[in-house]
Amino acid sequence: MNHDAYPDSYIREILNGVKSIAMVGASPVNVRPSYFAFKYLAQRGYDMIPVNPGHVGKNLLDKPFVASLADIGRPVDMIDIFRNSSHIMPVVEEALRLDPPPKVIWMQLGARDEAAAARAEAAGLKVVMNRCPKIEYGRLSSEISWMGVNSRTLSSKRAPVPTQGMRLSLNRTSVGGGETAASDRAAKNRNDAT
Amino acid sequence: MNDRLPGFATLAVHAGAQPDPTTGARVTPIYQTTSFVFNDSDHAASLFGLQAFGNIYTRITNPTTAVLEERVAALEGGTAAVAVASGHAAQVVVLQQLLMPGDEFIAARKLYGGSINQFTHAFKSFGWNVVWADPDDIGSFERAVTPRTRAIFIESIANPAGSITDIEAIAAVAGKAGVPLIVDNTLATPYLIRPIDHGADIVVHSLTKFLGGHGNSLGGIIVDAGTFDWSRDNKYPMLSEPRPEYHGVKIQETFGNFAFAIACRVLGLRDLGPAISPFNSFLILTGIETLPLRMAKHCDNAKAIAEFLSGHAAVAAVNYSGLAGNPYNNLARKYAPKGAGAVFTFSLKGGYEAGVSLVSNLKLFSHLANVGDTRSLVIHPASTTHSQLDDAAKARSGAAPDVVRLSIGIEDKEDLIADLEQALEG
Repeated sequence: MNHDAYPDSYIREILNGVKSIAMVGASPVNVRPSYFAFKYLAQRGYDMIPVNPGHVGKNLLDKPFVASLADIGRPVDMIDIFRNSSHIMPVVEEALRLDPPPKVIWMQLGARDEAAAARAEAAGLKVVMNRCPKIEYGRLSSEISWMGVNSRTLSSKRAPVPTQGMRLSLNRTSVGGGETAASDRAAKNRNDAT
Repeated sequence: MNDRLPGFATLAVHAGAQPDPTTGARVTPIYQTTSFVFNDSDHAASLFGLQAFGNIYTRITNPTTAVLEERVAALEGGTAAVAVASGHAAQVVVLQQLLMPGDEFIAARKLYGGSINQFTHAFKSFGWNVVWADPDDIGSFERAVTPRTRAIFIESIANPAGSITDIEAIAAVAGKAGVPLIVDNTLATPYLIRPIDHGADIVVHSLTKFLGGHGNSLGGIIVDAGTFDWSRDNKYPMLSEPRPEYHGVKIQETFGNFAFAIACRVLGLRDLGPAISPFNSFLILTGIETLPLRMAKHCDNAKAIAEFLSGHAAVAAVNYSGLAGNPYNNLARKYAPKGAGAVFTFSLKGGYEAGVSLVSNLKLFSHLANVGDTRSLVIHPASTTHSQLDDAAKARSGAAPDVVRLSIGIEDKEDLIADLEQALEG
């Protein structure tokens, strides 16, 4: 894989395929990029697991922090690493010891470790470096276009409604209460005449 | 069709636009609304905290304008764009992200007269100091660099004389100085020149001109190339440092290669306020759909008219870089092989008086202060767009007193030539 220019098809397949994502270095501080990404991906339906030994005992958006990947205790599809490049290798080594191992290693914007990527790819995992899954999801879905960002996608199909399906609500304010409408008055007058 | 790179004309029609999810409307609707309801209070908080993509208020984002932004970003090959009320507003918003009071930027002397004014006078009150350099002398840019330099600003095709700037040479100076190169690409449009391909880090436009193309709407836009690292030193705190107005968010760290566009939007547009009207965005967007067709016709007409004027006995000189023998012809062939634009100047043997007489005799050309319209336009820069400059500065910027500027439209060229012919005889 050329880690300088991923085809959209590669990223799309990963984001369509994974269901659970463990985020290593997730922060409960709501101005940190990891918090933004965690919240966004959780809202898109991914099963998010925050991994950060400094916050065990606390929750991130109702999900309990775990100290390490080994503590998750169930299979996980993707590891999203929110750490500096110098801290990537130990996380990848830990991920490869999981049984079953994850399918994808994703290193955040600014994070690259060629050796760790090579090791994960040799074990059959897909690797993404120096990208943000929130930005890529927003770009490929074109939601990020609302911010004037170039999604580098085109479509002539009607877009899906941005929230959970278009179900028209019955909870609208009714206008009425009495003989306010001309048609009501007309009907009443007709009855009066007969 | 997986990962195929679409051509320019396809992007001009499609980029950024998609049938409306609610109604199925195929043309981008005009979302003429000030504000947008939130799903709930958590959604509102997420939007205000920059955690979610979405609309709050048309001063910051608008769905019609967003289509325009993505389309221009795609045509220029940038990562993102921010549309604003005018080309002038684009320049203010860009420099607000880059300069603190006391900082400097280097600008080419050959610029639209309004930009020369804005840089010289208006920006002085912000403490932003312009240092002028000569686009025909690359060394003058190198010599102008100081520790306070924060950006270099040029026009790709310079107003009013249509001269071509050596973008790559000046990009090299910017790269060495560690500052971004800003290119005003208004007169070229991305159809003729894509400055990002030649090393520009930021592209600005007056959308009012060829992009909108019909002389009906003001607008400006900023395109982020996504190429500049704002955090490698402490020169650009708006992008690299925690922003107090967003509780400590660092813009580049959070938004990566479209951080500059986000800064322009959430720090510039939000706080300075020069938002474009959604209706203007709609009209400009409609104009862009035919940009490739119009630019080809503009350039074809301009070349024919420049050739006609070159051979006319009353004409002293024609400054059109598309003509062989023009000092900028080599640069035009390199940077704008599809055409040298449609704005140029010429001077008459009869001097200033002959120019005034020509303008008053023309019947199809409109005498007004704009360029890049479907209609052909004429003006005398020395007494209008460049009138605030002294005579030496007028001459340096290509607006000497005997010079007339044309912006060639998309009428039949035979009719335009006939109009010029009768006016020159009159």
